[in-house]
Amino acid sequence: MGRYIARRLLLTIPVMLGASFLIFALVYALPGDPIRALGGDRPLAPAVVAQLTDEFNLNDPLWLQYVKYVGDLLQGDFGTDFRGREVLDTITQRMPVTIKLALVAIAFEIVIGIVAGVMAGIRKNGFFDNVVLVSTTLIVSIPILVLAFVAQFTLGLQLGLFPIAGVNDGWYSYLLPGLVLAAGSLAYVARLTRTSIAENMRADYVRTARAKGLPRRDVIVRHTLRNSLIPVVTFVGADIGTLMGGAIVTETVFNLPGIGRAVFDAVRAQEGAVVVGIVTLLVFVFIFFNLVVDVLYAVLDPRIRYE
Amino acid sequence: MSTASTSVPSSPARGAGAPLLEVDDLRVQFRTGSGLVNAVNGVSYTVSEGETVAILGESGSGKSVSAQAIMGILDSPPAEVTSGRIVFEGRDLLTLPEEEQRRVRGPGISMIFQDALSSLNPVYSVGFQIGEMFRAHRGTSRKEAKQHAVELMERVRIPAAKERVNDYPHQFSGGMRQRVMIAMALALDPRILIADEPTTALDVTVQAQVMDLLKDLQRDTGMGLILITHDLGVVNEVADNVAVMYAGRIVERGTVDEVFGNPAHPYTDGLMRSIPQVEVKGGRLQPIGGQPPNLAAIPSGCPFHPRCPKRRTGAEAAPGRDCVADVPPLRLVLPGREAACHYSEEVLDA
Amino acid sequence: MSEPNLTTVGHDEAGAGGVTGATDQPGGGRQNSLWSDAWRQLRRNAFFWIGALFGLLFVAMALLPSVFARGVDPRSCSLSNSNGTPSAEHWFGFDQQGCDYLANVVYGARNSLIIGLLAVVVILVFGVLVGAISGFYGGVTDSILSRIADIFYALPLILGALVVLRSGILGRGVVAVAIALAMFGWMTAMRLVRSQVIAVKSSDYVAAARAMGASDSRILLRHILPNAVAPVLVYATITIGVLIAAEATLTFLGVGLQAPAISWGLQIDTGQDLLRTAPHAVLFPSLVLTLTVMAFVLMGDALRDALDPKQRS
Repeated sequence: MGRYIARRLLLTIPVMLGASFLIFALVYALPGDPIRALGGDRPLAPAVVAQLTDEFNLNDPLWLQYVKYVGDLLQGDFGTDFRGREVLDTITQRMPVTIKLALVAIAFEIVIGIVAGVMAGIRKNGFFDNVVLVSTTLIVSIPILVLAFVAQFTLGLQLGLFPIAGVNDGWYSYLLPGLVLAAGSLAYVARLTRTSIAENMRADYVRTARAKGLPRRDVIVRHTLRNSLIPVVTFVGADIGTLMGGAIVTETVFNLPGIGRAVFDAVRAQEGAVVVGIVTLLVFVFIFFNLVVDVLYAVLDPRIRYE
Repeated sequence: MSTASTSVPSSPARGAGAPLLEVDDLRVQFRTGSGLVNAVNGVSYTVSEGETVAILGESGSGKSVSAQAIMGILDSPPAEVTSGRIVFEGRDLLTLPEEEQRRVRGPGISMIFQDALSSLNPVYSVGFQIGEMFRAHRGTSRKEAKQHAVELMERVRIPAAKERVNDYPHQFSGGMRQRVMIAMALALDPRILIADEPTTALDVTVQAQVMDLLKDLQRDTGMGLILITHDLGVVNEVADNVAVMYAGRIVERGTVDEVFGNPAHPYTDGLMRSIPQVEVKGGRLQPIGGQPPNLAAIPSGCPFHPRCPKRRTGAEAAPGRDCVADVPPLRLVLPGREAACHYSEEVLDA
Repeated sequence: MSEPNLTTVGHDEAGAGGVTGATDQPGGGRQNSLWSDAWRQLRRNAFFWIGALFGLLFVAMALLPSVFARGVDPRSCSLSNSNGTPSAEHWFGFDQQGCDYLANVVYGARNSLIIGLLAVVVILVFGVLVGAISGFYGGVTDSILSRIADIFYALPLILGALVVLRSGILGRGVVAVAIALAMFGWMTAMRLVRSQVIAVKSSDYVAAARAMGASDSRILLRHILPNAVAPVLVYATITIGVLIAAEATLTFLGVGLQAPAISWGLQIDTGQDLLRTAPHAVLFPSLVLTLTVMAFVLMGDALRDALDPKQRS
C-alpha cells in the first residue's frame, strides 16, 4: 500500500506540472502587455515598465519564465501580483471561504443525497423512488447559474429565509450557496445510492444475512448499506476536489470572497501570478482527493489490493 | 399427508416420535411483469431427527423456492406463499410474527447456499460473519463471538483456523469457503439444516470432502438435513429418503434405494436412464426429451405429459386418468412409496 | 412416442433472484438486435418523448426564429417599453432597452445550438481519435496520451475555458467559445473510446480478423469502433446540454459572446441586476435554457437505459 501511494504521488507530479504550465502558457503567452495595461489610461514611465518587466521575468523565453516560477514555487514562493501583494496571502485569505462552502456542499450531498437514495433504493419503483427519479433529472438539467438565481429569488428575496450575498452571517450565509453548489452532485449521489442499494438488496449475501436470522436493522445497515455506500463514499471524496474548483459561478453569483471568485477576478485582470498560483493549488487539491479516494476504496473493500 | 418419508430408518441418531419439520401443501407464487408464475404447487414432506431428505429436481422445479419458503427468506414481493403450513417444533412458521420467525432462523433451522463466494459478504472477515450468529441470537460480545468462530472453523476442519479467522471470503478456496458457510450455519446447533446445492459449484474431489463433512456433522448433532440437489450421485450416497420434484410438485417419493432401484414415475425413470451406470456397461444414455416446463403456463393434467413417453390420452386413457386432462394425485403405489402418475404400476413393472 | 415441439422458453431457476419469466430474446446479429431493442425500449419511455419534443422545439427555434418570435424583430426596441412586464401582446415582456423579450430569447437559441453542436463535434472527433490511438497502440503512446488527458481533466471546464477565452488567442465569438469548451471537454470521450478499444482489442473476433491479415486501420474501423458507438452516443447527447449551459455561464461571466450578439447568458447577466424589480428578465432566458438542457439530459438518460441491457428489468 505504501509503495502504491508513493508511486501515485510520483505520477501526480507530471500532471501538476503539465496543468500549471498549460495555464502559465495561456496566461503569459498573450499578445497583450499586462504591465502596460496596469497603467490604464495614464502610461507608466518607461523605467518603471522596464523594472516591472524584469521583476516578472517577462523578457525571458516562456519556458525559462516557467522554470523560474516553479523554482520559486518549490521554495513556497507563489510570487506577487502586479501590485506587489503576495499571491500566497491572497490564497490564505480566500481559502477559508471556499473550504467552508465546500464543506456545506458536501454535507448537503451526503445527508440529502444518501437519505433520498436509500429511501428510493429500498422500495424500488415505489412512489418515493419515482419522486427521486424525476426530481434528480430536473436538478441535473438546471444549469448552476440558473439554479443560483432561482434560489436567490425564491428562498432569498421572496421568502426571505436566507441572505443572498456576502458572508456576514457566518455559516448561515453559506447554506444557500452551498446547496446550489451541491445540487448537481447531490442528485448524482442520490441516483448512485439508489442503484447501488437496489442492486445489493438482491445480493446473495443479503439473502444469507436474512437466513442467519439477523434483525432487519442489521440486514439493512450492516449487510446492504455498508456495501452499497462504497461507490458513494468514493464519489463524494473525489467530489471535494471538484467542488473547490467548481465554485467560480457560485461564489460570483453569491458574492462570496473565496478562491473561485479570486481566480475569476485574477483572470479578468490578467494577474498571471495569481491565476497560475490558484490553478496549481486547485489541481493539487483535485489530484490529492482522487488519491485519497483510491486509498479509501482499498480500505472499504478488502477485495481491492494495490500492488 | 402420508408419512412415507419417515418409514425407513437408517440413521442411528434418529429419534422416535413426531417429525421435526412438517411441510404441508406448500404453494408459492411469483407475481411478475409477465404474469403469475406458480413455482411451488402443493408440496408436502416431513423431516425427522438425524434424517436426510433429498429434494431432487432440475432448475425451475421449485426445490430452492420451497426451501426458501421454509426459511422465510423469499423476496416478497414478488414471491408470495399462498397456502400451506410449515410446522416446526409444533408451531406453524407461516403464522408466526416476523420477529418469532427470525428467532427460528439460525438456532432452529439453518441454511447453506450453492455459491459460497457470493453468499458471504465480501467486506467482512469470515470470523465476523460466523460470530454474527452468536451476537445476533445470544448477545455474545464481539471478542467471545470471534472465539466461537475459531472453534467452529476448527470443527469444519479449516486448517490454521486461528490465523485465518480474520481473512476475507475471497482469500479462501472454494471448498474452504463452503466450509465457512457450514460453520456459520451450524453455529447455533440448528435442528434442521437446509443445504441448497451445497457442492454444485465445487470440484469433484472437494465435493466428496464437503459431503463427508456434512454427514459427519449430522451424525454428531443428530440434526435433520434437507439436501436440495440435481445431482443423483450425491443423493444416492448421502440421503435416506428422496422426493423428486417436477414443475413445483413432488412427483415421487420413497427411500433412495427403492426409488432409484425401481422408479414409479416416468420422470424419475427418465432421470435414471440419463446417467451413466456402472452396472449397465455399453448401454446408451437416454436424455429426457422436450424442455422443462414453463412455470407461467404449466401444462394441463400431468405437468410431465408433454415429455412423457408413457402418456395416455383420449381413447387410450382409462376414465379419469387422462394424462392431458386429469392431474394425477400423489398416491401410495407400494408400501412406503408414493408417486404422482396415473400409470405408475406400468412404470414399476417395466 | 412423440416429442411435442414445445414453444415454452426460459426456465430460469425461480429462486430468490426473482423470476424473469419467459422473455428470452431470439438470437440474431448482436449489433442489430442491440439497436432494434434499444429503439423498442426508447419508444415506450415517456421521458424520451418529452426530451425529444423540447429538443425539436429548440432546434426549430434556432432554425426559424422569426416564426417563434411571432414576426417581431428582436432589435426593434423602444425605450418607452423598458422592463415592461409580460402581456397578451408581448408574452415575455420587454428588456431594459425596451426590446420584445420573447423575440430576444427565441433568437438566442441559434447561438446556443451552434456552439453546443460545434463543440460536441470537435470533442467527438478529437476524443475518438486520441482514444482510439491510445487504446489501440497502448504502451508509451497510451501513457503519454492518458497523462495529457489527466492534465486537462484536473482543470475544471469553466475555469479552463475562462482562461483560454480571456487570453484572447482564440479571439471572441461563437467559434472561439466552442473551441475553448472542446479544449477542456474532450477527455471523457477519449477515455470512453479508449476503454472500449482496449476491451474489444483482446476479443477473439479481433484476433480472428488479425489472423486473416486485416490491417490495423481496418480492424479499428470495422471491428473496434462500432462497439464504442453506443456509450459515445449517450455521452454526446447529454454533453450537448452541458455545453449549452457552459456557454451561457461563460457569457454570463463576461468572456463568452459579446453584446451585439444575442445570447441567453448575456440576457441573464443583464437581468441579474434587475432581479428585484423585473424578475422576468432572468426568468425567461433561464427557463428556456433549462428546458433546452433538460431536453438533452432526458434524451441521453433514456438512450443509456435503452442501450444498456444490464439496466433492463
